[in-house]
Amino acid sequence: MSLNMEIHRDDLASKTGMWLFLFTEMILFGGLFVVYSVYRYKNADAFHLAAHELNIFFGTANTIILLISSSTIAMSITAMQKKNKTFALLLLGITIFLGLVFLANKYVEWGHHIKEHIYPGSAVLALRGQGDVLFYGLYFFMTGLHALHIIIGLVFIGFIVVFIIRGKVTSDNFVLHENSGLYWHLVDLIWIFLFPLFYLIT
Amino acid sequence: MDISLSLILFDYLKRSEIMENEKNHIIPYRTFLIVLAGLIVLTLTSVAVTKIYLGTLTVFIALFIAALKSTFVLRVFMHLKFENKMFTLMVIAVTLLIGVVIFITLLDYLFR
Repeated sequence: MSLNMEIHRDDLASKTGMWLFLFTEMILFGGLFVVYSVYRYKNADAFHLAAHELNIFFGTANTIILLISSSTIAMSITAMQKKNKTFALLLLGITIFLGLVFLANKYVEWGHHIKEHIYPGSAVLALRGQGDVLFYGLYFFMTGLHALHIIIGLVFIGFIVVFIIRGKVTSDNFVLHENSGLYWHLVDLIWIFLFPLFYLIT
Repeated sequence: MDISLSLILFDYLKRSEIMENEKNHIIPYRTFLIVLAGLIVLTLTSVAVTKIYLGTLTVFIALFIAALKSTFVLRVFMHLKFENKMFTLMVIAVTLLIGVVIFITLLDYLFR
């Protein structure tokens, strides 16, 4: 009897499920981009001026940090396939580190705005008019939701690190590792659009 | 109708799963590094372009570069190039859905 016992595994189904989840994420942010387009169309000048106050240097640095972290997690899967567990763990560690650096930059940026009394519901911001209120409302909400995704992604990758150490994720069973990579790339993908929409279109 | 469609889809996925197991594609490190370099160059280009005043064209250039970057991320980092074509089709469908919703909403605001 016990010889017939076999743990059922369906990697393709697992990956398909992950993609379906990612589609719901894309639609969630897609809805926010619709709101952004409409408000931007209705308050073109205010958006134009408000975007000037965002620091392009921080935005660019964060974009490059996320791109590098995406490549390191992608390479960690290659390392896993080549049975190089140590290198895979090192690359995942770098990914987590870069994610934390991204959050630290975001903290500095937000801190700078809040110090100048620019945050949703602020009286100083309200005096500057409807367009600025909408721009910063969207800025804080969309980058905040994105940062939340970064935090979730870091926890997800943290679990993968533990699973690799404990041998639950191996060189022939790494679909979870791949799924964490997909999630991290999606977070990168969203930032690829957030960056030009908030920092560059001035 | 729905059931038969999903059966065809399932059959398609199963067949290519067998193919996939035979391949078990390993992407070399070098590929990722080349793509990363390309993505960074595109990011810097996109920043440089905003310094030049081009009017409404700036928006389109920035979005075009963003679209180009996401194609690289989807195809190489997210392995779509090497996976079952079904995933690519689904990504295209969802992207089109979002695009159409934005387009129709803007039509409403432009011609109201």
